[in-house]
Amino acid sequence: MDNTIEITGLRKEYKGFTLDDVTFTVPRGYIMGLIGPNGAGKTTIVKLIMNLIRRDAGEVRVFGMDNLRHEPEVKARIGFVYDAPRFPEDLRLETIASAISAFYEKWDGRRFRNLLEEFQLSPRQVFKKLSHGMKMKFSLAIALAHDADLILMDEPTAGLDPVFRFDLLTKLRALIQDERKTVLFSSHITSDLERVADFVTFVHKGRLVFSAAKDDILETWGVVRVSGDGISPAEVPGARGFRRTEHSLGVLTSDIAAARGRFGASVVCDMASLEDIMFFISKGNAHV
Amino acid sequence: MKIIVTNSSPDPIYEQVARQVKAQIISGELREGESLPSIRRLAQDLQISVITTKRAYEELEKEGFIDTVEGKGSFVAMQNKELLREKKMKIVEEKMAEAVEEARLLGITRAELEEMLGLLYGEKG
Repeated sequence: MDNTIEITGLRKEYKGFTLDDVTFTVPRGYIMGLIGPNGAGKTTIVKLIMNLIRRDAGEVRVFGMDNLRHEPEVKARIGFVYDAPRFPEDLRLETIASAISAFYEKWDGRRFRNLLEEFQLSPRQVFKKLSHGMKMKFSLAIALAHDADLILMDEPTAGLDPVFRFDLLTKLRALIQDERKTVLFSSHITSDLERVADFVTFVHKGRLVFSAAKDDILETWGVVRVSGDGISPAEVPGARGFRRTEHSLGVLTSDIAAARGRFGASVVCDMASLEDIMFFISKGNAHV
Repeated sequence: MKIIVTNSSPDPIYEQVARQVKAQIISGELREGESLPSIRRLAQDLQISVITTKRAYEELEKEGFIDTVEGKGSFVAMQNKELLREKKMKIVEEKMAEAVEEARLLGITRAELEEMLGLLYGEKG
């Protein structure tokens, strides 16, 4: 499998937060979701891919090229959509677009106008008058109009209503009908990822928790629930985190089949959603 | 091709897809040589991961139900008539096994069960 993005040993130090030793790949032709609670390091990773901040260590390869040494070639093929797109506030969308189009060899003006129409934006609107969702649509239209091979989005669905979120996700699925296209998007809205992602990379506190096919995760991870204190978290095979309340214990496991085999019907074994996984790892006790 | 996937089933989605395609091939709804939607198209239609549909197709290929030709897509495989009959027999067998198990649970004797079968077979056939 060809990889569109290869990240190895990535590190970025801030005061009070360090992204450390992050390694994962994004295969070409698929949608990868980057997931984690706020402050986990998602945006840092996206910014490092775009070289908007300096990395302290590690390597980022995009389309097989180092993203620093080949920055112009790499960026020409990325459509970057982020949560607070910044364009000149007082300009009309058509003016912004024509300025931007000069930077892209593959700019398709007709496609851009069609996208605006589809997104119900008028080329004559002024950027600062757009709502948050409309700004997001505008930046997505730009990304799609220059026929980017990689759509890189930071929290694209945050603050959008469910209808537009659904549209956006459908658009991403349609995009990868062309198997040369790849999507990486970060989100803390796990249901969006569950709906659309092929792969999921989970970061927490600046560290990688896992990077795997979403189906594999959803088929193997689970939550064991018991009332009272019949078992201890360490007894659960593959335990990755637990949460105790007054009357019950929930244990997140990466091997629900083994847990079922061990406890049989004496406990409740549920499949874990991405939300469960995020919740247990970030809010529960991660150390079993 | 008609496929419905559900998240409330304990069966993995790739299995749901493979099972439904298989059933449509066995029933003749999907004919020999008929082309199937591409892996990506089907994933988009069903709003599921490309990996899932890929896995379903691989499963079907392994069991000889479909052929995939690089660059051309996937097709319903030429079915060996004997093999197809065997597969259909297997379905009947599975259903009967289910009935036998249910009967055992309810304490229905073999003689009673055979009588039931005789009646059913007689009525319809």
